[in-house]
Amino acid sequence: MDKIFRVNMTDLTTKIEAVPAAWAGLGGRGLTSTIVAAEVPPTCHALSADNKLVFAPGLLTGTAAANSGRLSAGAKSPLTGGIKESNAGGTAAQMLAKLGIKAIIIEGAPKTGAWYNLAVGLNGVTINEEKELLGLGNFAVIDAVEARLGKKTGVLTIGPAGELKMTAANISVKDPDSKIRSHGRGGLGAVMGSKQIKFISIDGEGAKPVTIADPEKFKTAARAFSKALLDHPVSGEGLPTYGTNVLVNILNEAGGLPTRNFTTGQFEAHDKISGETMHDTIVERGGKPKHGCHAGCIIQCSQVYHDKDGKYVTSGFEYETIWGLGADCCIDNLDDIARADNLMDDIGIDSIETAVMFGVAMEAGILKWGDSKEMLRLLTDEIGKGTALGRILGGGAGSVGRTYGVTRVPVVKNQGIPAYDPRSVKGIGITYATSTMGADHTSGYTIATNILNVGGYVDPLKKEGQVELSRNLQIATAAVDSTGMCIFVAFPALDIPECLPALIDMINARFGIALTGDDVTNLGKYILKLERDFNQKAGLTNVHDRLPDFFKTEPVAPHNAVWDFTDEEIDEFWNF
Amino acid sequence: MKITLKLFATFRNGRFKIAEQELAEGTEVRQVVLSLGLTEEEIGIVMLNGRHGELDSTLSHGDILSLFPLVGGG
Repeated sequence: MDKIFRVNMTDLTTKIEAVPAAWAGLGGRGLTSTIVAAEVPPTCHALSADNKLVFAPGLLTGTAAANSGRLSAGAKSPLTGGIKESNAGGTAAQMLAKLGIKAIIIEGAPKTGAWYNLAVGLNGVTINEEKELLGLGNFAVIDAVEARLGKKTGVLTIGPAGELKMTAANISVKDPDSKIRSHGRGGLGAVMGSKQIKFISIDGEGAKPVTIADPEKFKTAARAFSKALLDHPVSGEGLPTYGTNVLVNILNEAGGLPTRNFTTGQFEAHDKISGETMHDTIVERGGKPKHGCHAGCIIQCSQVYHDKDGKYVTSGFEYETIWGLGADCCIDNLDDIARADNLMDDIGIDSIETAVMFGVAMEAGILKWGDSKEMLRLLTDEIGKGTALGRILGGGAGSVGRTYGVTRVPVVKNQGIPAYDPRSVKGIGITYATSTMGADHTSGYTIATNILNVGGYVDPLKKEGQVELSRNLQIATAAVDSTGMCIFVAFPALDIPECLPALIDMINARFGIALTGDDVTNLGKYILKLERDFNQKAGLTNVHDRLPDFFKTEPVAPHNAVWDFTDEEIDEFWNF
Repeated sequence: MKITLKLFATFRNGRFKIAEQELAEGTEVRQVVLSLGLTEEEIGIVMLNGRHGELDSTLSHGDILSLFPLVGGG
């Protein structure tokens, strides 16, 4: 039987609980958001003992279903002040699922200054005082935990940014190569830091394959699902070859590549940082153009990027990071961007929030446009060391904007706007505005239909159809985020009719139930409404479902587009 | 008339990134695609002057035509 592991950091006790009936059909985001909504006072300080940090694998995690190894982390976000779910690959999700752990709930906060690590295993969690690894970067923590507990140990860890409770701090997850994937957005690393937990180790000893109610039906559905993933040109060929960074040139052509802190929509040096150039560079230097963030991934959109001498620099080198430090900061040196990506993994800070922040910092005059060497120094010597300036930078784009009096600050609900200009790709603007997560492209990825001709086509420069597009995608994404699936399964799901039924069949075969497509849609609606209710009680209302004013008043080249939705049109999103 | 033709991702293999092309008046995107040895099915995204175009869009002097296979990310 699956169970809930509960850890109380105030009295340093742990418990194993049965899964309440109401939570039995939930996993991933659906479960973390349900637990946070049920147990966290919405008005609490996100870094106080009242907040809770919840980890949950998805409904299909631990099974043989392709691409099902994502872990959800949830809490009240210290960055947005609202509810947060952030999911990541790595090895932890599958280990937890195979140990029969439905969720880990970490509550309270230590009364003394002592720091701890948590050791999770088949029989529960133990809380151990931690002294040796404090202050270390995430790569060193992973190496040290493996040396202490064995190579196979799963690791969730925070770097200096999380220890210092910076609101852009992330939680790192060990990947199959002992490198790093991240619960990036929303400052969840600061929440873990506020509980004074440096790392969580996971011992897979005694883990069993997850039980499948109808193995034959599962096998048939899993096969159909994998086929759809491999047959679709985006998940089967585009993503494995170029990674997500293929988008640099596409968004540049479409005039939606935010450049120089969102002042124009095209970057002159786009080709130097493009997916095509990155692919050729990786191959030439003996890196890996294909790589998976978790076992069982058949899309392999990640990669391993080497320097000129053929040495590892970074992996999981994503479009949003490269866009942000590249076009948005006018840096055309992909090697320096890769070094920054590695530093952000090590320090434990969100690479999207931090990239958007550097654009604002350049506008503020903290460093010059395009100055990648100073950016690397600020990461190492200021953020990494937690100086006063480093803490301001580590608070994200909003923090720097407020401190330096910048008015062009691309955030919604204080979370940095990623890689797609909402004036020239209007559907994603609706997602940024209305997402319960703050500005988050993954929560309703309209780029698929606005730009990539996946799931049909809705003209990115017109208002028609955008609210409905974003609503449908946000509902579907909330459901997919509950399965443990990678969000890129959405590409085949939007185009190949067999894909979504196969996904639902796998869930049904796993649990011996009979969900329909409508049930899945209703799950997505339930999650969004639950999250919005939490946010409203926390003080985030429709007034916060808005883009910053400059998008309305500053036209963006080359289309000279402005953000022209009325408040009423945006609020129509919640009409479901 | 002259247009600028840009190719992306796998379409660059054995071809080029960017080239000027001299075309007859009234040429459609489809004819350019076929002249490259590509098939209609291989085309994911057509962009004409930064906006989405179609295979039967007619080209004009000075146009920038960008062709992508079906790719994506996020």
